[in-house]
Amino acid sequence: MTRDTREIFASTTAALLEEDLSVALVYAEISGQYFREAERLHPDRVVNVGIREQLLVNVGAGLALTGMRPVVHTFASFLVERAFEQVKLGFNHQDVGGVLVGSGASYDISGGGRTHQAPGDVALMDTLPDWTVHVPGHADEVESALRLAVAGSGRDYVRVTGQQNRDPFPVTPGRFHLVRRGAGATVVAVGPMLDPVLEAVADLDVSVLYANTVRPFDGRSLRAVLGTPDVVLVEPYLAGTSARCVDDALVDVPHRLLALGVGRRELRRYGAPADHAAAHGLDAAGIRRAVAGFLAAEATGHRSAGRSVP
Amino acid sequence: MTTTNALAGTDRGPEYTYADVYDLMSLMTGDEKHSAAATSTLDVLWVLYDSVLDVSPDNIADPGRDRFLLSKGHGPMAYYAVLAAKGFFPVAWLADWASYDSPLGYHPDRTLVPGVEISSGSLGHGLPLAVGTALGLRAQGLDSRVVVMVGDAELDEGSNHEAVELAAALELEALTVVVVDNRSASYGVPGRIEERFATNGWHAVGVDGRDHAVLHRALTRRRRTPGEPARPSVVVAHVEEKWS
Repeated sequence: MTRDTREIFASTTAALLEEDLSVALVYAEISGQYFREAERLHPDRVVNVGIREQLLVNVGAGLALTGMRPVVHTFASFLVERAFEQVKLGFNHQDVGGVLVGSGASYDISGGGRTHQAPGDVALMDTLPDWTVHVPGHADEVESALRLAVAGSGRDYVRVTGQQNRDPFPVTPGRFHLVRRGAGATVVAVGPMLDPVLEAVADLDVSVLYANTVRPFDGRSLRAVLGTPDVVLVEPYLAGTSARCVDDALVDVPHRLLALGVGRRELRRYGAPADHAAAHGLDAAGIRRAVAGFLAAEATGHRSAGRSVP
Repeated sequence: MTTTNALAGTDRGPEYTYADVYDLMSLMTGDEKHSAAATSTLDVLWVLYDSVLDVSPDNIADPGRDRFLLSKGHGPMAYYAVLAAKGFFPVAWLADWASYDSPLGYHPDRTLVPGVEISSGSLGHGLPLAVGTALGLRAQGLDSRVVVMVGDAELDEGSNHEAVELAAALELEALTVVVVDNRSASYGVPGRIEERFATNGWHAVGVDGRDHAVLHRALTRRRRTPGEPARPSVVVAHVEEKWS
């Protein structure tokens, strides 16, 4: 039975609060229903700041200034986007560590509309140095990523989404997993994109790398696996977010890149997450269409030195 | 710029007096006389570091030290002068401040300047950071005070108001906000700052920001009166109007 990722985040955090006295949880109403017991047991280390996201992030940074390990949580749209300057100055500029856990991701809250959707979170975090960015694609990976992040002392962003793959993988920052090896292109599937990618390329002679930690980006594995110099990125957030990482990894290799992900255009639609995945071409059918077109363009000689970003 | 100042290059550390601090500021500004705006924070800073806070170069790495957070990072000359006077870093650093090779910028950086607890410059960050700091110290059973300095105009930033509400709700008694009020806020109303904090459950006083004896009394750790709830406190230090 599939476990709920946000519940796993909450139960793992509660366990970490028990295990390590330096761990503190700061949240802003969101997910409070999961934290009641932890709050009762550790009133000094579990802080609900109310609907105050600027304060949320800087309270986390202030806790870190005293040597504690803060876990800071709300929806990604409010954690990273609304309070971005607090992330930049509270954590990077003060040079303290912490674990930011955003939920909701790109379109978990499909019915909520644009206000509750943050497909740009990873791109925004990417403007700052020294963040390890976890994109778990399974509840087990949420637990692994969170435990790893809290045990460290650096800056970690954990992107929790309700979209999950069938099977979990280990979480090792800086390491992608080789799921399939083929002779042709290499497809990098990030987080919950793995299952739709595997379905989309089932009959194609391509390699599939799975990334549940995208920063640092494992360019070494990409180079090692590369068959033909054709790369497809499939990311569950803004299309093209990791394009520069692919280019960095292949700086001396003429290559083509197809970067799939969430589009920039605002959909102004509600419905289910699956509707949004389809609208952005991130369901198996959409990925299949894009990859087939990309590979066919090469086969028919329309080879371009540049890269193709939709 | 003149560097004929008698104090340049010496390092008398703790022997510096309040009168010397003006000379130390002159190392940075080149001025013999300083405008009220340049020194608006000076008296509060001097009283805090000279006789109120338990923080010095000797205990700067001690988790139990008192914390002073300068949120109002603009115009840090007085802050640097006081830190140098108290021996946190060499006086010789002051003369070439804000040069490419100097650790002293127009806004302080905690990773570059010994004794600086937070990097500031963008307004409205220090008080929220101070709330987190006070919570972290309390969770670790440490009794340290956390004093954060903001400007009256800085209180325009809404992030402060998020912090004011929460600090009272969480009874952060170790937290003191010092508002240096030189009436630089565009829509300031006399007395409103004290009223606003008091309405939000804080202990609030307004004092003469130039009178050391008064400042000392207001900034020294308060004892709760019988029946008084645990609450944070604010000291509004009134100084000359910035634009007067």
